[in-house]
Amino acid sequence: MLQLNGLTKVYNTGDKALSDVTLSIPDGQVVALIGPSGAGKSTLIRCVNRLVEPTSGEALLDDINITTLGSGGLRKARRKMGMIFQEYALVERLTVMENVLSGRLGYVGFWRSLFRKFPQKDVDEAYRLLDRVGLLAMVDKRADELSGGQRQRVGIARALIQNPSLLLVDEPTASLDPKTSRQIMRLIVELCEERGLSAIINIHDVALAQMFVQRVIGLETGKVVFDGAPTELTPEVLTQIYGEEDWEATIEKVDDDAEEAV
Amino acid sequence: MSVALEAKLGQAWKKPHFIKNPAWRWALILGSIAYFAAAWSGIDINFGRIARGWERGWQFISAFGDPDFTSRWDDIYKGIYESVVMTIASTVVGIAISIPIALGAARNIAPLPVYLVCRAVIAVSRALNEIIVAIILVAILGFGPLAGFITLSFATIGFLAKLLAEDIENMSKSQAEAIKSTGASWTQWINFGVQPQVMPRLIGLSMYRLDINFRESAVLGLVGAGGIGGTLNTAFSRYEFDTVAAILLIIIVTVMFLEYLSGIIRARIQ
Ligand SMILES: Nc1ncnc2c1ncn2[C@@H]1O[C@H](COP(=O)(O)OP(=O)(O)O)[C@@H](O)[C@H]1O
Ligand SMILES: [Mg+2]
Repeated sequence: MLQLNGLTKVYNTGDKALSDVTLSIPDGQVVALIGPSGAGKSTLIRCVNRLVEPTSGEALLDDINITTLGSGGLRKARRKMGMIFQEYALVERLTVMENVLSGRLGYVGFWRSLFRKFPQKDVDEAYRLLDRVGLLAMVDKRADELSGGQRQRVGIARALIQNPSLLLVDEPTASLDPKTSRQIMRLIVELCEERGLSAIINIHDVALAQMFVQRVIGLETGKVVFDGAPTELTPEVLTQIYGEEDWEATIEKVDDDAEEAV
Repeated sequence: MSVALEAKLGQAWKKPHFIKNPAWRWALILGSIAYFAAAWSGIDINFGRIARGWERGWQFISAFGDPDFTSRWDDIYKGIYESVVMTIASTVVGIAISIPIALGAARNIAPLPVYLVCRAVIAVSRALNEIIVAIILVAILGFGPLAGFITLSFATIGFLAKLLAEDIENMSKSQAEAIKSTGASWTQWINFGVQPQVMPRLIGLSMYRLDINFRESAVLGLVGAGGIGGTLNTAFSRYEFDTVAAILLIIIVTVMFLEYLSGIIRARIQ
């Protein structure tokens, strides 16, 4: 379970990106975090794994206060939080296998990782995950030879091989076409179900969020302004989050045509 | 159609001047012309001296038609051998020292105190010209390739650490962050998140520096720091232009070979 208490971030440019965010996410729950660009969505999930240091407040994962951990403790805590990025953030010049195995770096020693001698059970798990995301044939390709959708699948495998209890997902579909976007969202949500993971998924596509998650949190200039079921997202709520617009078309039930999951 | 648009239509468009103030612009243009005119008239050409030098220059050039590799072969061989050893050793040692300094000199990796120290090392290395360092070291250590070796290692640090640090500063932050977010240690983070991003540049720069060090080693011999330069200097002072030609040809061929080699290697690592 993830618990945020009064989490606040003021960047040293003076931007108050998060102000006093308090929320809790029980095990196994997948949450969509919506809000306009600049609302603080990325800052929120980065404060959780401390790629960004929160200014005040605390974040607790399974009752461990992440905010006060020293560097060794933080490394251990990060192993429990898999992160998936908007621009995939694969190390481009490494192979698909190396990228996936890099998710095990928190568990193996330096020399083993330097010579790429990962334990066989890690390698087997990497094969299993690559098979699950449909990329078993790509093991020895370099990451920069893959398409966007394929890269994001590698990113998902890298996060999952950490054996996390929480996924932090930052706009996973923002660089993808609509069809691939749905496939990737479906894959993430399915994998969370299979493994009982909780997840925070930053997303600006409201319709896509409504399609896949049980709970939506709306963020606006660093504050939580909505927290509820996807069906509760009314035009009034969207106006509060994003400002005045005609929201009827966005909310209209997008019929979920069956696509094959590649 | 708006009034603002109406007023614009039919007007020619010109790119705005780089220097907006016309007074400054013309002052700069006229100033530059005056400077070049003064500089040109200041060149003092002594035609008599050129005519006398021409003959010796021609002897030198014609020696390339008939280079003499044999009569001083032992000296040439010893010089080349020393230069090659000096070049390879100083490049390897220089690179080995440059890498940690480059990591320290990259602002996005190193904390401020480390950054300042490493930048200072680079600045000192770059400020001191190879010849000056070599003269000082020859004075301290005596004639021979040890002085040349240390000089070139030192110069390699300034060159390689600076350019590598710049490449590290330009790396993709998100790729490095992704590795950090897995719980990797600092060394693992460097190895997985940073190294793959800068490796092609590191190899390219190292090859280029090998090439520079070889050419420098030929110059350092002139001040007594060992290598083929010493042999070259001796041949010059004896007016043995055919031996000089032979040595220069060997240097040119070696540099061309290094160029070819680095082309192959760089094509393979991209
Ligand atoms: N590294 C940074 N330094 C300074 N300000 C930042 C930084 N990152 C984000 N911000 C600011 O914080 C606010 C929230 O940004 P962000 O968390 O990226 O929002 P979102 O992901 O919702 O688009 C914005 O106003 C942004 O300008
Ligand atoms: Mg963002």
